[in-house]
Amino acid sequence: MENSNASSAYVEVQGLVKLFGNDRAVDDVSFGVPKGKFLTLLGPSGCGKTTTLMSIAGLHEIDAGSIHVGGVVYTAPAEGLFLAPEKRDIGMVFQSYAIWPHMTVAQNVAYPLEIRKIARDEIDARVTDVLKLVGLGKMADKLATQLSGGQQQRAALARAVVSRPRLLLFDEPLSNLDLKLREQMRLELKRIQNEVGITSIYVTHDQAEALVMSDEIIVMSKGRIQQRGGPREIYGHPVNAYVSDFIGAANLLKGRVLSVTAPGRGDVEIATGLRKAQFSCKLGDGMAAGAETVISVRPENVEATRMNGDGPSLEGEVIQAIFLGNCIDCRVRWGEFEWKVMAHPRSGFKAGEKVYLRLDPEHTLAVQP
Amino acid sequence: MVQLDHLEKNFGAELAVNDVSLAVKEGEFVTLLGPSGCGKTTTLRCIAGLERPDGGEIRIDDDTVAAPKRGIYLNPEDRNIGMVFQSYAVWPHMTVFDNVAYGLRVRRASTDVIKERTTKALELVGLPHLADRYATKLSGGQRQRVALARAIVYEPRVILFDEPLSNLDAKLREQMRVELVRLQKEVGITSIYVTHDQSEALVMSDRVVVMNNGVIQQIGDPQTIYAHPANTFVANFIGVANLMQGVLLGRSGGLCDIEIALGEGRAPLRLQAAGGDGAKNGDKITLSLRPEDIDIKFEKPSSGANMFEGEVTETVYLGNVLECRVKVGRYEIGIQVDHYEQIAPRQKVFLSFQPEHGLCLTQ
Repeated sequence: MENSNASSAYVEVQGLVKLFGNDRAVDDVSFGVPKGKFLTLLGPSGCGKTTTLMSIAGLHEIDAGSIHVGGVVYTAPAEGLFLAPEKRDIGMVFQSYAIWPHMTVAQNVAYPLEIRKIARDEIDARVTDVLKLVGLGKMADKLATQLSGGQQQRAALARAVVSRPRLLLFDEPLSNLDLKLREQMRLELKRIQNEVGITSIYVTHDQAEALVMSDEIIVMSKGRIQQRGGPREIYGHPVNAYVSDFIGAANLLKGRVLSVTAPGRGDVEIATGLRKAQFSCKLGDGMAAGAETVISVRPENVEATRMNGDGPSLEGEVIQAIFLGNCIDCRVRWGEFEWKVMAHPRSGFKAGEKVYLRLDPEHTLAVQP
Repeated sequence: MVQLDHLEKNFGAELAVNDVSLAVKEGEFVTLLGPSGCGKTTTLRCIAGLERPDGGEIRIDDDTVAAPKRGIYLNPEDRNIGMVFQSYAVWPHMTVFDNVAYGLRVRRASTDVIKERTTKALELVGLPHLADRYATKLSGGQRQRVALARAIVYEPRVILFDEPLSNLDAKLREQMRVELVRLQKEVGITSIYVTHDQSEALVMSDRVVVMNNGVIQQIGDPQTIYAHPANTFVANFIGVANLMQGVLLGRSGGLCDIEIALGEGRAPLRLQAAGGDGAKNGDKITLSLRPEDIDIKFEKPSSGANMFEGEVTETVYLGNVLECRVKVGRYEIGIQVDHYEQIAPRQKVFLSFQPEHGLCLTQ
């Protein structure tokens, strides 16, 4: 992975600190975003993601650190530098659509160009192009109030990109939409960002949204970065129990590393109640022999069978089996632990059955507790 | 027990409910599922007595409650039915006890009866300890229980649910599905549930009744509805199905031999699949394939039965699964791949499925 502070980064956030009273809302956060890329700040409410975004937008003054975009200093309190928000050349899309109700869609979108005193012909051409891009080509003359929630958000996006800003900032823009529309808009928004190629920073608490849309994700908790990486890395190789639990469903069991058998691989022991088991798995950073650890296994990576086969397995009892169509969501009791297992719909598992669970060493991780 | 015989309801020239027959057994949880306008809510309202049917009969236990041809129509309050609606309609200014007791008080039940029945209903839904709490102090899940307690306090013969969970946020909704079914089984009361949400229907129901355009499309338990949809509407509405148009060539070993034209200069596919009930050689069929039943290979396999080549057009990484769209001639096939697989657009892939997992639909 590239160094997050590499000078190739277009957006550079260095040692950002933001205090609210004694509370360190953002606590020494550094990251870079390469030009044209889509980065998501992900975490629960209060993790510092929105404060970081607002600091980049210039809506907060920061207490320490610096923010540069495209070589321009946005803020560097140690040097007494602070660029006013309106000079930062940023397009923003918020949760609330912030579309003016008394204007048509085209007027709304043209507004940022008009305040820049761009020629009428060019304004019209660019508004037409961008409305087409966001799928509102036929809605130009409608009043903003006549649009649905999804359409208003498209108009807000058009307004944010029409002036071709240096940077796009998104603050949970889809969270007011219903689930189906939200899922569709994720792909749509990603496609539009790809086409316009504007560097984007996106804030959300929704892990599915982050996985689908991002080039890179930064997972935050309590003002600090927990992990940074691509969607596959974050989901497939979480560095600690917090990230594993926050991104998707995970079986998390306390255990101990018994031995390191090869670089990044080893044997671990887990125990719950009277049950104990040993197996091979991948080791995360800092997992040496004797280390306390948490084993993380995704529900879709636990294999359940009715017959016991070769190799180590865990014998348990299905205590809940919810048929969801494309899978069966099972809970399997093993000692005092309940395994979450996603089984194939054709397995037909039912509550009360005895099953054997198998963990694939390739998809079982020992991570920091 | 609730029995519908050839139920019909018109709105003007439109047949909102068209010849619907259904028998709901004692203690059973049956869901009426379909898109808006399919007739599910109208059917429920006919059972409740909020609509007068135009034809057919409705019986609850041994009582005929509606039979227009015989001039029978019982008022809603005489049908001994409990109802739970989308809005919980739990009164904020009343305690839990008073909310549940309200209907009995309106009916001027004696104080003893009110106390006994209300206490029993609260025990059944697991809320006796909150009897004196105001409804505003309850969680969403607890309000749902109050709504259920209020419906069962009359000791009705059946409870009708009209999309009761659709106002809840996603997490609470998933939790309440399981919770509500557990409660229903504990109370053991016959239940008819209306929803447009197929996953809700799959999770909760003993049997699902899929409706479209006022007509029942299929009745079956969730597994059957999902694995053996009766027609293309059901296949498409429940879960995700890849549908391909083809022709039945013949049968061998209990399976259908079919041909699917791909267009675009590609040779037609010759495949084997299950189903095809009632189809004759040369008849048109639709092949239905679930994404999770399609196997993907990156090298051409040596044995090529039920195998076809395609090109990946789009991938969406969802964490627990990688969704791919694969172009196969004029079709785009949706498949699900393990999340750790590396697949990129424009990649050539080879798809296959086991013959018994493909289903030939004839309607």
